[in-house]
Amino acid sequence: MTYITKPIAHHPALPRNALGLTHRDYEGSMSTLCAGCGHDSITAAIIEACYQMDLPAHRIAKLSGIGCSSKAPTYFLGRSHGFNSVHGRMPSVTTGANMANRDLYYIGVSGDGDTASIGLGQFTHAVRRKLNMTYIVMNNGCYGLTKGQFSATNDKSSPSKKGEANPFDAIDLCQMAIQLGAGFVARSFSGDKKQLIPLIKAAISYKGFAFLDVLSPCVTFNNHPASTKSFDYVRAHNMAVENKLDYVEPKEEITVSYEEGTTTAVELHDGSRLILNKLDQGHDFRDPDEAILTIRRNAKQGQVATGLLYVNEAGTDLHDVLQTPDRPLNGIPVAELCPGSAALASVNARFR
Amino acid sequence: MSGINDFVIKFATVNGSGSASANTMFAKTVFRMGIPVSPKNIFPSNIQGLPTWYEVRVSEAGYVARRDGIDIMVAMNPQTYANDVAELVPGGWLVYDSTMPRLWQRSDITVVGLPIAEICARIWKDARQRQLFKNMVYVGALTALLDMDVKVLEGVVADQLKGKEKLLAANMQAVEIGRQYAQENFECPLPIRVRHADGTKGKIMVTGNEAAGLGAVYAGASVCAWYPITPSTSLAEGFEKHARRFRVTKDGKRNYAIVQAEDELAAIGVAIGGGWNGARSFTATSGPGISLMSEFLGLAYFAEIPVVLYNIQRGGPSTGMPTRTGQPDIISCAYASHGDTKHVLLFPANPTECFSMSADAFDLAERLQTPVMVMSDLDIGMNDWMTDEFAWDDARMADRGKVLSHEELENFAKVKGKPWGRYLDIDGDAIPYRTLPGTHETMGSYFTRGTSHDEYARYTEDGRIHARVVDRIRRKFDTAATLVPKPEIDIRDPACKTGLIYFGANRPAVLEGLDYLERDGIKLNSLRLKAFPFTQEVLDFCAAHDRIFVVEQNRDAQMRQLLMVEAEVPLDKLISALNYDGTPMTAEFVRQTVRRHLQPAKAEAAE
Repeated sequence: MTYITKPIAHHPALPRNALGLTHRDYEGSMSTLCAGCGHDSITAAIIEACYQMDLPAHRIAKLSGIGCSSKAPTYFLGRSHGFNSVHGRMPSVTTGANMANRDLYYIGVSGDGDTASIGLGQFTHAVRRKLNMTYIVMNNGCYGLTKGQFSATNDKSSPSKKGEANPFDAIDLCQMAIQLGAGFVARSFSGDKKQLIPLIKAAISYKGFAFLDVLSPCVTFNNHPASTKSFDYVRAHNMAVENKLDYVEPKEEITVSYEEGTTTAVELHDGSRLILNKLDQGHDFRDPDEAILTIRRNAKQGQVATGLLYVNEAGTDLHDVLQTPDRPLNGIPVAELCPGSAALASVNARFR
Repeated sequence: MSGINDFVIKFATVNGSGSASANTMFAKTVFRMGIPVSPKNIFPSNIQGLPTWYEVRVSEAGYVARRDGIDIMVAMNPQTYANDVAELVPGGWLVYDSTMPRLWQRSDITVVGLPIAEICARIWKDARQRQLFKNMVYVGALTALLDMDVKVLEGVVADQLKGKEKLLAANMQAVEIGRQYAQENFECPLPIRVRHADGTKGKIMVTGNEAAGLGAVYAGASVCAWYPITPSTSLAEGFEKHARRFRVTKDGKRNYAIVQAEDELAAIGVAIGGGWNGARSFTATSGPGISLMSEFLGLAYFAEIPVVLYNIQRGGPSTGMPTRTGQPDIISCAYASHGDTKHVLLFPANPTECFSMSADAFDLAERLQTPVMVMSDLDIGMNDWMTDEFAWDDARMADRGKVLSHEELENFAKVKGKPWGRYLDIDGDAIPYRTLPGTHETMGSYFTRGTSHDEYARYTEDGRIHARVVDRIRRKFDTAATLVPKPEIDIRDPACKTGLIYFGANRPAVLEGLDYLERDGIKLNSLRLKAFPFTQEVLDFCAAHDRIFVVEQNRDAQMRQLLMVEAEVPLDKLISALNYDGTPMTAEFVRQTVRRHLQPAKAEAAE
């Protein structure tokens, strides 16, 4: 909880990024989640990604719904405005915030209950609207705060801690996002920083709806041996579609060399690139149907396909549809938005 | 029996037959002849096939409330003939399509049979034209029967057909055919008729929803999210229409953003997100939408986020009567959401106020950092009202409330003597200072939350802090009471101890009713509420009167309840006058309700 304050002092030799900020400047308050929670690893990855990208924290808005995952924004980016809204409604609040100011980075944090159940409608429509945001689901297959009930992403084969069977089929949010037209869809694992950090960076750089489903085991309620959302299970069945992901900054040169023919560069809107060394040669991440197939093919074999699953580099966003100006709407003075008394003469004339 | 420039004409037609535009043209013609007019569209929740009515009151005296007692019935719908004819006053006129002649059971009315279907079948080949021009034929006949100025009608038709000019001649041909038939077959004009007058100077005819949409454009709203629901839909559409006209830059960019949301929950969520981020944001909805938005309203209340919500009320509970009017959401809006909540409400009485109160609503929402609900209804929102033309004072500055700039944040402690805290009451008005995302590199960020928080927006489970914060938010309501629009008070007799309180769309019926009561020898003082919380004037009025009628359109006397609880008016002082059948209130209803209490013997005799 936020009353547990971290010491402000830090080691003077801490490395600084291009903005002169240390890693600590991107942190939030002390986490109150359970020790070992996957969400804390994702939090750390977000901090690392933003630090490495030299993002000014005050230009980021972090929004969430309700649940363990939705508490997480308190633990990163303390210099950013945060908004812990109501259960399942982060997408609509982010939509409005984005409409008002297109100039900020929007990071939405949600959980599997928040997104796949109560907020399923809002999630799907935020995807449809191509909202320019990074949407991260911290997916643990259960409701942590209310003590471990199944969520809609829990696999049918995966029982509860007490051994009760889950009677319902799981919702695969990545397949859904691709089908609904999300421009950037990736899945990762909280325990795989090397994969997660470049994916977060690429998602933030992407213009349009970037969706990241991060398997994030619940150490308290869903980490038992029979669970398909446990650390051990995910580690053992994690089928990365790329064996290497490198995020390259807009002005940075590509220095890493890859074996000819296996490497692809994904161009992102801000000039940055994501360099991918493909492992699954059957996977074409530019084709939505193939991407869905990759997920399904792996799932059939009990594997979880992770990595960049789908990307549409020609991304558009809601503001293109709305035809709003480049400057944020919240920056236009009311006096400029008001047509004034002179215009009323013709309005009144129409109603006579 | 009514007479020149004083009557009610009612059109009974079938939904989807094109009658609505013909009827509107009729009303507009009367209006342009300078005669005060008040049309009420009584329509079904249906696209095609069900009965629909259009009542037009013509009143040179300027009374624009609905009035019972139909003088002329244009009965074009055989489904409803029986009831329509029964509604006519003795001595009234029945206009009907006599292609299929009928025997009418009443001998006290005059029947004007026009073989409309037969005429149309003879002249037009196309089935759709035959149907549409039927309407213009009866309008044409009415020009003769009521002595309407055909030139004025032609101007109205031409305006209606802007962009489709080639249809003008055919429409006017239909008018002429109807007109000629009436002149040749009946004694025209009837003793009841119109005559050019001078009663519409400075007036316009407009719906409240279009006025509110325009008002939101003038108020500087730039984020709008909504979900289609009758009768609020045309408000968002009105905003879009006027924004498209006034808010598009030279390079074709739109200085506004509208999203048709997936449901009402998302609509208010979007508006709250926009308000949080510093854009003037709003949504519009009706009854069921209020229920769905309630959780979010509690969040905006507790997290102190400005947002404007237009509630175009309709008959409830549940789906209720989606196409009928009412004022049944007073309590549910005043206290929307779980926990201790209380919201600022504004009550426009006509489209002119829908326009002007829009700017008030956005100012109040940003000043008070809270949701403000504009409580219109279907009658104001969807009917064309003859109302004062729109006026705007260019000197008016928008009140954006306490939002800190980069510089103000840096100097805050120096200027205010205290460090900034998002929920800290620095000025004693219970309104804290807020910051917008992206303002400052290192200062002013905070975590907005619906969970309990302290003055620095930090999560807390400390009950004392929680109580302190909710008490401060309650005190903000006292500040609100000093800022909201003051009531309209009419003291007809300073010595009189009997008063009447009303609000919203009932204004015309109440003012007319008070005139009648005065003729009956009863002078009443009245107060029209424009807002909740109640201002000092309201408390004073209640204290100054021993007996107060409270006129409203709901079953449970919701405004009376609010007066009892929030203004602490003794309940035996407050007498309810309640109308909740979904039709706009009449002056006669007001008059009779008051007389039953004050002149019981006379009232009984009169009834």
